[in-house]
Amino acid sequence: MHNTLFMILRRMRVPLIFLILSYAIALLGMTLIPGVDARGQPAPPMDFFHAFYVVSYTATTIGFGELPGTFSDAQRAWMTATIYMTVIVWLYSIGSILKLVQDPTLLHAAQRNRFAAKVNRLRQPFYLIAGCGETGTLLMHALDSRNQQAVVLDIDPDRIGALELGQYHLNIPALTADASLPENLLTAGLNHPLCAGVIALTNDDRANLSVAITTKLLRPGLPALCRADTVETAANMTSFGTDEVIIAFDVFGEHLALAVTSPGHHLLYEWLTGVPGDPLTEPLEPPLGKWVVCGYGRFGKAITHHLQQVGIELVVVEAMPEETECDNCIVGSGTEAHTLLEAGIQQAVGIVAGTDDDVNNLSIVMTAHQLNPDLFTVLRQNRHANEPLFKRFQANVTMQPSSILAHEFLSLLTTPLLSRFFTLIRAHDDAWADVLISRIAAVLEHSVPEVWDVELSSSHTEAIWEAMRDGAPVSLQALIRNPTDRDVELTCIPLLLKRGASETLMPEPETLLQIGDRLLFCGTRQARNLQALGLYNFNVLSYLRTGKDAPGGKAWRLLERLGNKVPPPETRSPEQS
Amino acid sequence: MNLEKVVFGFFIILAMTLNFGFVFGDIHNPAHHHVYELFFAIIVNLIATVLKFGERTQIGAIHLASSLVADLGLLSAAWVWTAAVYIDGTGLTPDITASIVSLSAGALAANILSVIMLLVETVMFRR
Repeated sequence: MHNTLFMILRRMRVPLIFLILSYAIALLGMTLIPGVDARGQPAPPMDFFHAFYVVSYTATTIGFGELPGTFSDAQRAWMTATIYMTVIVWLYSIGSILKLVQDPTLLHAAQRNRFAAKVNRLRQPFYLIAGCGETGTLLMHALDSRNQQAVVLDIDPDRIGALELGQYHLNIPALTADASLPENLLTAGLNHPLCAGVIALTNDDRANLSVAITTKLLRPGLPALCRADTVETAANMTSFGTDEVIIAFDVFGEHLALAVTSPGHHLLYEWLTGVPGDPLTEPLEPPLGKWVVCGYGRFGKAITHHLQQVGIELVVVEAMPEETECDNCIVGSGTEAHTLLEAGIQQAVGIVAGTDDDVNNLSIVMTAHQLNPDLFTVLRQNRHANEPLFKRFQANVTMQPSSILAHEFLSLLTTPLLSRFFTLIRAHDDAWADVLISRIAAVLEHSVPEVWDVELSSSHTEAIWEAMRDGAPVSLQALIRNPTDRDVELTCIPLLLKRGASETLMPEPETLLQIGDRLLFCGTRQARNLQALGLYNFNVLSYLRTGKDAPGGKAWRLLERLGNKVPPPETRSPEQS
Repeated sequence: MNLEKVVFGFFIILAMTLNFGFVFGDIHNPAHHHVYELFFAIIVNLIATVLKFGERTQIGAIHLASSLVADLGLLSAAWVWTAAVYIDGTGLTPDITASIVSLSAGALAANILSVIMLLVETVMFRR
């Protein structure tokens, strides 16, 4: 605020001085030049009061005529000079103001101030996102639909403009600024007590690196999640304690391998990390057998690495084998039929078009499709702008690095329990995942669920804490039944129960809960809201538990307890006292 | 020597001297306090205020504040004068003159403060 004000004042100095001087000269003249009275006789000059009046209206409007009385010729001559002088000075001043208003430095300073004020006013935890390209935008949409606040920095004004036009429920502060400068991160609330984490998503590895360093130096305790494009950057980031580093292409390859070997796990992952409300994606069933991978760049390498790990036979096609250090591959871009035939496309079950050129990728899969119509096609899409082409082709899998990254970050951000959940389900086979998928699909009616966790404690879930303090057993049933009719189940599924070090996947409804338990649920938004009633409201909880309504307020409950001769607890939790 | 500093110092000192010139004299006697002196004091004060715009240092802020106070004092004096002579029609009675002069004396105090700060700034300036 102050910066812009000072800037305006500073720039307005010269025009203001000219204005004061022109008024002073005009005033002075009018108080010195003799006037004329009604009979044409010379009269004394005007006094300051009337001179100020005349000059004021003349300077701004070129006059209402000769007020208060007729002017003498000398006064008219002076008025003529005054008009030209003051009009020119006014034009100059107004011109300066207009120029100032359009000044890019000033506009930017004003935007920055508004942004900083918005960030300061935030009263809920927020994530600081550096870079809102395709990944950032997806991530923000997902965070927004989970009602989580974000603050955004991006170096490209067009992206910030697009963000302002985007449909968000929350008001997301955004600023055009270079995130690699610590000052900008501080403006964006790095030191704000409610900043919950920093996410670096720019397409520049150096910038992501400097965001990570800045965060770790200025707020060592704050989680920093970074995207890295090369393994070296990733290693560098991990070396100084960046909490999570995601290498886009690596994650990409891992997911394709997961999709090929255990489609159930992959689908679960897609569902639980999607944008709530979006339609659920269909399950994939990539065939096992020989695959052809076109393009051995960073993407191709990651894919071959992960596919080979799960024991899939691969043929690599690469146009420049020397540059990409591809020892054992077929030379060619893959867009011509003969290269593909050489790679054995007719015996293959799947093809991955993974070059960094969208048009080439499309050409590869179209040629391959003509040679072998039963191929399972995996397409890499580099640019979001090519979406219509990729939609039209309808490959079995279209992989966009941006959306994969966004899913990965979301699974880390939504709740720490979710990434635990994914780790734990790896131990189970695909059939287990399929059972879970059919359960989720039955409950959720075709849209991506919300995922949330519940911590049982006196501050988070008062009703449950109170019930347990009174010695009443509370089972998981109470959290998955509808508070309006306890015979109806809520449209949500408990995924994980974490009690101390022990973790239970898919806990049974009869499980008795304890204070300190953490539960992960997925379900509809409505279910989440209804569940919350039972967590915070003692009466609702008691209905859910016993089917009977408990006496109303705290005082009645106290009386009831005294009547039942139940001794009140000796010690209360420190949070309550 | 810096021309900007000369102009700055010139206007601040001129504002004080003109103000002093107007205040100087018998407080009840309108003949000792000429309207042109008040006029020039106001103009020079306004210019001095504008010159102080946009200083971001602490001393710059106090400079600007004292100038604004002086403007306020002098403009109120001018307003009392206008009201007495043209609106009320009381004329420049000894009472009115006294209040005009004391208002501008208040402004003088602020102007003296400005000059003192100018001196302090100069004395502190070492290179």
